[in-house]
Amino acid sequence: MKILVCISQAPDTTSRIAFTDGDKAFDASGVQYIVNPYDEWYALVRAIELKEKHGGSVTTLTVGEAVCDPIIRKALAIGADDAIRINVEPTDPMQVAQLIANEAQGQSYDLILCGKETIDHNGSVVPAMIAEMMDLPFVALATTLEIDDGLAKLTRESAGGEENVEVSLPLVASAAKGMAEQRIPNMRGIMSARSKPLNVVEASSETSTDVDKFTLPPEKGACKMIDADRPEELIRLLREEAKAI
Amino acid sequence: MSVLAIVSIKNGMPTKGGLEAASYAASHAEAQGISAIALVAGDINGDGGLGATGVSHVLQFSEAITDSSQWAKLAAAAAQEHSAIAIVASHDHFGRAIAPRVAVRLQAGLVAGVTELPTHGSVRKNVFSGKAMADVSVSTAVSVYTVTPNAFGIKNDSNEAEVQAFASEIGTARESVTGFDTASADGQVPLPEAELVVSAGRGLKGPENWGIVEDLAKALGATTACSRPVSDIGWRPHHEHVGQTGITIRPNLYVAAGISGAIQHLAGVNQSKTIVVINTDPEAPFFKAADYGIVGDAFEVLPKLTAAAKELMG
Ligand SMILES: Cc1cc2nc3c(=O)[nH]c(=O)nc-3n(C[C@H](O)[C@H](O)[C@H](O)COP(=O)(O)OP(=O)(O)OC[C@H]3O[C@@H](n4cnc5c(N)ncnc54)[C@H](O)[C@@H]3O)c2cc1C
Repeated sequence: MKILVCISQAPDTTSRIAFTDGDKAFDASGVQYIVNPYDEWYALVRAIELKEKHGGSVTTLTVGEAVCDPIIRKALAIGADDAIRINVEPTDPMQVAQLIANEAQGQSYDLILCGKETIDHNGSVVPAMIAEMMDLPFVALATTLEIDDGLAKLTRESAGGEENVEVSLPLVASAAKGMAEQRIPNMRGIMSARSKPLNVVEASSETSTDVDKFTLPPEKGACKMIDADRPEELIRLLREEAKAI
Repeated sequence: MSVLAIVSIKNGMPTKGGLEAASYAASHAEAQGISAIALVAGDINGDGGLGATGVSHVLQFSEAITDSSQWAKLAAAAAQEHSAIAIVASHDHFGRAIAPRVAVRLQAGLVAGVTELPTHGSVRKNVFSGKAMADVSVSTAVSVYTVTPNAFGIKNDSNEAEVQAFASEIGTARESVTGFDTASADGQVPLPEAELVVSAGRGLKGPENWGIVEDLAKALGATTACSRPVSDIGWRPHHEHVGQTGITIRPNLYVAAGISGAIQHLAGVNQSKTIVVINTDPEAPFFKAADYGIVGDAFEVLPKLTAAAKELMG
């Protein structure tokens, strides 16, 4: 099994969200970056589990500049064999998908796994774009993934429940919670990650969308406190004041 | 010229996300002085209520489709035949699988998870899991949008849409669906589209105590949710996990009992219209993000709320 896992960096979940450049750019000052949780906890760990079971290799692919190298080393420490970084600043999903598809084309990956979305832009669209560009089948929001004799068996979110679906390889899938459990890299993993190959590729790309402006949501007003002995008062307010029920 | 909504059908009727996509398409088309059409695959009862959202026509492909690449071929063909300037889908399991493929086929810029109609060539979406918003502009002639659940209302006029057969070459399916499980046995509205949500965290102390959470949810007609640790330890199923690394929701009402209000939890729920927090700790951070708060023990407060809700709801 030759598996490609697409990973991106995202600001740590406790980061202060602020903007610069006339609110056109994310203010990265003082921000710690992590591997996007869906990419790490579910896609990467499941890929490593599949490799442990069936043999083969796990390669990670990141579109981003050198600032991404620490999170790529972390993915290698968790257990990926090698990594590719396409040295382009990612700004648009179509651009990122095209760069990944160009790189993956002709490399005969059996499986291309992505996290279901990034926690910064929340697009959730790159995996399906890769599939279309490479003319591959695609399963979105998969919560389980097994490989059995060239056939992938997955569970995915669907209207009001979960669907079981079978697809022959090669395949692109996006991983949601349930597919695997987070792994903490051990000392040996961290040491060996330093010498695993990280290949940097130059490429050019085009974009089709631009962020004009970021805005922070309005502050909440004060919280109205209600006496714990009078919960019926809350129910009344929810109906008459908030008109929520 | 037109705006095309691609709509998923369940049991002969559009899903809620499908109706939201059609409503969005109709409003966007109206602002441009052009018409909106909806595309469905498989059996539909009448116009499925799509006319009421403001679309003038429903294009119906004869068979149900699950394969995203077949759907994308169909949608791209419909978009081209009807000179669509925008294609709209729900930002859920359906739209996330199909809309990006349509965007690639049409070489159209895509904005995912929009929350408002485009104005002056720019459209608003959530970023940083609801901690901020971005206005995004598309530089291609055709745009593709996926609409965040519960962000854009469903229009309900008295119109009927004309249903027309639509055929196109869609290739063969490369996936087969072998089974289906409903997420919640008791017929709750799925969490991403629920308007009322009752959620609980580690303060409930164990899975055996969830009866009081479920009782309140039932009395209100709400869907149950939980914090991440609760689903990680297996007290509740994964699909109930809300927050930055779970599901992002924006219901009318979010009731949180025994949840501290960590930043990652708030990211997933802070766009709820009304937030109620019940916590024994008056210093719990969640109160700062709440509209109504009760400092008290969930084990006492929840049953009392259930009784009051039952009385009110009859
Ligand atoms: C990368 C990352 C991603 C994360 N993503 C998410 C996410 O998506 N969603 C999420 O929820 N969390 C997420 N977390 C975890 C988050 O940081 C918190 O740890 C978590 O939300 C806490 O859950 P909790 O409020 O249920 O538990 P606690 O923080 O343990 O809070 C329990 C609360 O219950 C109250 N309480 C106790 N007894 C009672 C009682 N009898 N009645 C009423 N109140 C009572 C306590 O005062 C306390 O406030 C993430 C963390 C990280 C690091």
